[in-house]
Amino acid sequence: MNAALPFSTTDVTRTNRRRESIVRALLGIVTALLVLPLLAILALLVKHGAPALTLDFLLSSPAAGMTAGGIFPAIVGTLWLVGVSLAIAAPIGVLAAIYLNEYAGDHWGTRIVNLAIVNLAGVPSIVHALFGVGAFVLFLHLGTSILSASLTLAIMTLPVIIASTKEALAAVPMSFRQACWVLGASRWQTIRYVVLPNSIQGILTGVILQVSRAAGETAPVMFTGAAFYLPFLPQSVNDQCMALSMHLFTLSTQVPGVPEALPYATALVLVGLVMSVNLTSILLRSYLRSRRRW
Amino acid sequence: MGSDREHAGGTHDLGRSRTAVAAERVIEAVIRICGFSAIFFVFSIFLFVLLSGSDFIIHRLDIREFLLSPEWVPTSVSNKRYGTMALTLGTFSVTGLAMLIAVPFGLGAAVFVSEFTDGRTKEVLKVVIELLAAIPSVVWGFIGLVIMNPLIIAMFDAPIGLNVLNGGILLGLMSVPIIVSIGEDAIKAVPDSYREASMAMGATRWQTVVHVLLPAARSGLLAAVLLGVGRAIGETIAVLMATGHAVQIPHSPLDSVRTLTATIASELGETARGSDHYQALFTIGILLFALTFVVNLSADLIVRGVRGEQR
Repeated sequence: MNAALPFSTTDVTRTNRRRESIVRALLGIVTALLVLPLLAILALLVKHGAPALTLDFLLSSPAAGMTAGGIFPAIVGTLWLVGVSLAIAAPIGVLAAIYLNEYAGDHWGTRIVNLAIVNLAGVPSIVHALFGVGAFVLFLHLGTSILSASLTLAIMTLPVIIASTKEALAAVPMSFRQACWVLGASRWQTIRYVVLPNSIQGILTGVILQVSRAAGETAPVMFTGAAFYLPFLPQSVNDQCMALSMHLFTLSTQVPGVPEALPYATALVLVGLVMSVNLTSILLRSYLRSRRRW
Repeated sequence: MGSDREHAGGTHDLGRSRTAVAAERVIEAVIRICGFSAIFFVFSIFLFVLLSGSDFIIHRLDIREFLLSPEWVPTSVSNKRYGTMALTLGTFSVTGLAMLIAVPFGLGAAVFVSEFTDGRTKEVLKVVIELLAAIPSVVWGFIGLVIMNPLIIAMFDAPIGLNVLNGGILLGLMSVPIIVSIGEDAIKAVPDSYREASMAMGATRWQTVVHVLLPAARSGLLAAVLLGVGRAIGETIAVLMATGHAVQIPHSPLDSVRTLTATIASELGETARGSDHYQALFTIGILLFALTFVVNLSADLIVRGVRGEQR
C-alpha cells in the first residue's frame, strides 16, 4: 500500500468502488426479480388464454354447466358494479378530500378523520364483505343485489379516492387561492372556480385508477351481490349480477371439468381490463404532471 | 396547515343574493359531512360486524377457547368447537413467510429505485411496481392454483402444492408494491443535505445508504413494513385459493393451512343466517378488524412521529 497521497486512488477507495458496483448489481437483480413475476404472469395468461379469447367468448353466456361458452354476463356485471360504486364513492370521496384539503384546520378532529381514513384503507376485504352483508343486505333490506355489492365496494375504495383527490388538490399552488380570496371571493367560490378547474384532470385520473381496482375485487362482492351463475342480465341495481373476478374464482375452484383455456381467458380479460385502465391513468397522470405550468 | 390557509371570511357575503349565500352554506355543510364520513364508516363497520355476532359473543363465546383452542369444528352435530388458534397461526405463518420475502425485496427495491436510478429508469420501475399492485387478488390465487401448485409439488416432492409456501410467496409478491412505494417515499424524504454531508466525507453511495439514509428513514421504513403486514393479514381470495383449506397448526412451510380470512370466505355462504356458526364467523371478523386496526394504527403513529421529529 503506497503512502496515501490526497486524492490518489488507494486500496480502500478501490475496494469501495468494487463493493459499490456489486451492491448496485445486487439491488438491480432484486428489483428485476420483482418485475419478472409481472411479465411472467402476463406472458402465461396470454399464452394459455389468448387462443380461447374470441369475440364469441366475449359476447356469449356460459354454457354446459360453465364448462363452455363465454363470459358476457360477467363483463356486464363487472361494469355495473364498477359504475354504481363509482357513482357512490366518487362524490363522497371528492367532497371529503375538498374538506380535508381546503377547509379543515390542523386540530384533533382532522387528525381523527385522517386516522379513520388510514384504518378504513386497512380493513380486510372480507371484513368489508361482512359489513356489506350485515348493513346493506340485511339491515337496509337491499338483499343480495348490485346496489349492496356496489355500496360495499364504494366504502372500500373511498380511502384511496380521498387520498388521490387530496394529492390533486394539494398540487394547486396556495397563491392561486390567495389571489382569488383577495378579490373578495368566498372559500367555496374559490374552490368552484379556481381550485377544481385546475385539479379536475388529476382528480379524475385518480378516481379512474382506484375504481379500476374495484373491478378486480372478489371477496366484497361474493356475498353481497355477485352470483355464481345467472341465466339473464341484470335489469336494475336491485338484481344480482355475475362478475369477472367471481367468475374466475368459480371456474378455478368450484366447477369440475372446466377446460383449461376458459379460466385463463377469463383471467386475461380481467387483468387486461384492470391493467389497461391502470396504465391509461398512470400515463395520463405523468402527462398532466409534465404539462403543469406552475 | 399554516396561517396562509386562513380565509378572512365575512366580507364575501356583501353584495350577493341571500339564496347564493344560503346555497353556499348548504354546499359547505355537505362537504363537512362527507369530510367526516370516514369516521362514520369505520364505526359502522365495527358496529355492524360486532352486532351481527353479538348473540354468540354474549351467550356462547368462551374467549379462552376462541383464542387458544386449535379446534375449529363448527359443523359437528354433537361437539361444535369454535377455536381459532389454528386459523390465527395459519394467518401468521403465511404472513410471516410473505414478509421474509417482501421485506428484503421491497426495501432493496425501494433503495435501488430511490438512490441508484434516475430519470426514465426510475419512472418505468415505479410504473411496473404500480402495475404489480394492480393484479387482482383472484388472479394471484389462480396463479397459485395452476402454476405454483404443480411447481411446488415437483420441486419439493410434496403431496400437495397448496400450502404455506405457496400462499406466502403470493402474499409476498402482493405486499411488495406497498412496501416499495411507502419505503421509497420514506428514503426520499431524508433531506439531501444528509446525502451531501455523507458524500463530502468520502462515503460511497452504498455507505451513505447504510450509515445515513436507512437510519434516518428507519421509522418510515418500519411503517412501510407494517402496512405490508396489514395487507398480508387481510388478504382473502388469494390465500383461500392457494393455501389448501386444512385447519391445522402448520409445522413446515409445506403444510396446508387455513387463514382467518379464508375461513370466513369459504364458510359464510354455507351457514344459516343467525346460527352460532354464522355469528362465530362475524366474531372472527372482529378479531381481524382488531388485528389490522392495531397494525395500521401503529404504522400511522410511527409515520406521524417521524413528521413531528422533522418539524
